[in-house]
Amino acid sequence: MTVTVNGEPLEIEKSINLTEFLQVAKAEQPEYVTVQLNGEFVDHAGFDKTFVKDGDTVEFLYFMGGGAR
Amino acid sequence: MRVEENERQAAKPNIVWLKLSDYLAMVRHARKLVPIEDCGLLAGTEKDGVRTVEQVFYLTNVDHSAEHFALDPAEQFAAVKEMRAKGLKLLGNWHSHPASPSRPSEEDKRLAFDSKASYFILSLNGGEPVLSSFHIEKQSDVSKEDLRIR
Repeated sequence: MTVTVNGEPLEIEKSINLTEFLQVAKAEQPEYVTVQLNGEFVDHAGFDKTFVKDGDTVEFLYFMGGGAR
Repeated sequence: MRVEENERQAAKPNIVWLKLSDYLAMVRHARKLVPIEDCGLLAGTEKDGVRTVEQVFYLTNVDHSAEHFALDPAEQFAAVKEMRAKGLKLLGNWHSHPASPSRPSEEDKRLAFDSKASYFILSLNGGEPVLSSFHIEKQSDVSKEDLRIR
């Protein structure tokens, strides 16, 4: 099945949850990414129970922040 | 543009090009937000280790703080989709230090989760703006990139 991740197609063998998917998609530090599945934000608490299926669109971005001190 | 020499230079630093008009616009925008930290994303192209910033995105600092910044996630996604539609790549992010030097703070390093990103820091400390670009590995190892204004 094909999933579009950050604009690029990615082939996966079967439906997997977001935690597994982020590993397959080589997210460097998945605990610090923000995810949209088909345009909807998914909380980290829901990663294990949210499954990616054929035709889905996943976007993930790293949290970006910092401080002056 | 003054360059601070307080970070070690990488053995082969990325060359990063930024348009003078974008640099001046960043300074103007950041000055208007003082004392709040300004922030955004950098979009452009990359070829043979040379990055060219084609568009600077101005995003909301959801922390609304003089000492912290966090990009609005919804705005981040919208910006990245716009980049993709224009054939541009996310090169990194930028933020201002209204009253401190142009170098990554401990918090900047701790929250630098993307080792592929260029991290621009625009200091307004002391009046004369200083802009530097950094590469940050393992949320600790900082090297200055070769930022060039054209």
